[in-house]
Amino acid sequence: MTEPVIHASGLDLTFQTNDGPVHALKDVNLEINKGDFVSFIGPSGCGKTTFLRAIAGLETPTGGEISVNGMSPEEARQARAYGYVFQAAGLYPWRTIAGNVKLPLEIMGFDKAERQERVKRVLDLVDLNGFENKFPWQLSGGMQQRASIARALAFDADIMLMDEPFGALDEIVRDHLNEQLLQLWARTNKTIAFVTHSIPEAVFLSTKIVVMSPRPGRISDVIESTLPKERPLEIRDSAEFIAIAHRVREGLKAGHA
Amino acid sequence: MRNLFPILTVLLAIVVIWYAGAVVMNSTWTQDQAERAGVELSFSEVVADTMAQDRPKLPAPHQVAAELWKTTVGKKITSKRSLVFHGWITFSATMVGFGIGTTAGILLAIGIVYNRAMDMSVMPWAIASQTIPILAIAPMIIVVLNSMGVQGLLPKAVISAYLSFFPVVVGMVKGLRAPDMMQLDLMRTYNASGAAMFWKLRLPSSMPYLFASLKVGVAASLVGTIVAELPSGAVRGLGARLLSGSYYGQTIQIWSALLAAAALAGMLVGIVGIVERMTLKRMGMAQ
Repeated sequence: MTEPVIHASGLDLTFQTNDGPVHALKDVNLEINKGDFVSFIGPSGCGKTTFLRAIAGLETPTGGEISVNGMSPEEARQARAYGYVFQAAGLYPWRTIAGNVKLPLEIMGFDKAERQERVKRVLDLVDLNGFENKFPWQLSGGMQQRASIARALAFDADIMLMDEPFGALDEIVRDHLNEQLLQLWARTNKTIAFVTHSIPEAVFLSTKIVVMSPRPGRISDVIESTLPKERPLEIRDSAEFIAIAHRVREGLKAGHA
Repeated sequence: MRNLFPILTVLLAIVVIWYAGAVVMNSTWTQDQAERAGVELSFSEVVADTMAQDRPKLPAPHQVAAELWKTTVGKKITSKRSLVFHGWITFSATMVGFGIGTTAGILLAIGIVYNRAMDMSVMPWAIASQTIPILAIAPMIIVVLNSMGVQGLLPKAVISAYLSFFPVVVGMVKGLRAPDMMQLDLMRTYNASGAAMFWKLRLPSSMPYLFASLKVGVAASLVGTIVAELPSGAVRGLGARLLSGSYYGQTIQIWSALLAAAALAGMLVGIVGIVERMTLKRMGMAQ
């Protein structure tokens, strides 16, 4: 058994606010292995985003242990171990699509030829070739989010952390992007941690579904998906899919009780 | 063409009100003169006289226009009577002051955004500096600088900078803080250095704010220069024209200098506007 990519044990995270402490995470234990596609699902305030941010070293846990690639999140961040995709595309309006994808490469000091080569490659991956010189406002919301995924892919991090990347998009675009994301994952063999509000999305994408519940934020169920790796959209009508979705829904309900 | 009509309407209204004002304000003097000479004047004679006095209380538009024509087109630009010459003197001091003020404003804003001590302390002073009437502090700056041997353009530029740095500070602080949490977090996930954060995120984000500030700043710069020319006993510059006009009761000269200053201000703001449009277009932000 190889070392898990992300390992959390007894993780606690408490925010000090003016209204007193808020327990965003309480005693979270989780292992994510290389190549896993893990979804975090739960109602608002269950700490799924906070957990993702803790993996990224954007929040500091108040207790417990968390390691990324065997390092602390801070060290992993310095080693540029992951690409982060936010809820909004957050492209810089003053940069073209290619310029936006180039941004992390510039910061990380890739040379010019390599930057161009990588921009072309990741824009191909997200099916945005031909849009290099467009500005973000000239693209639809779904295309902008694809560009932001390309930006996170550009520097070849092994881990992708995605915080409701498709949350603001309509269902048709979302289905399409979900399919593309699965293809991308199959091709690149990255480890993906994916936060979502949507049960079908979580079941469709994941090899492992982490159901969380709020106040304090904790894991109420971890479901290993039995779906095959190859997943057409129609798989959502299969009995197996519905059974898994049902178990997720039960987990969410139990968390609320 | 559609835009021209409202502009001309307003312009026409101003000219009409101006002429009416000239008749009302200057007629007293006309009546006094007539009384002393013991003659009765008809209404049309009164009106004609109010438009052609040497030192009217309010010169009529055509008098000012004639004076403007005479002192711009009618004189060599090197002549001391040329408004172009005086305008150039004021313009050059304004540009130096605007440059100093903008640089100082940007540096202060960077200090405020990056340094907690400056964040807490600089802004109250900057605000206090703007509450002091410039007319009160300008002579002191000139005297102090003069005693240090600094004369000519620079003292005027300093006063001009004193007025123009403030809008730049306010705008740039806002602009440098414009990136939201998500954009800052994104930079953190790249483990970006402070310098990269500044050059690639904060500075480009602040550009629209900077230009808005520059438009206010450049106009303030001009006001500062003109005010600086008043107490310094300067004989050159639009401010000097205003002052000598008021010494000798040359209202026509005052008004033409005022209009020249207004035109100069309009031109400066226009230039900043053009630079703004070109910059934002290159940055893809002008849609």
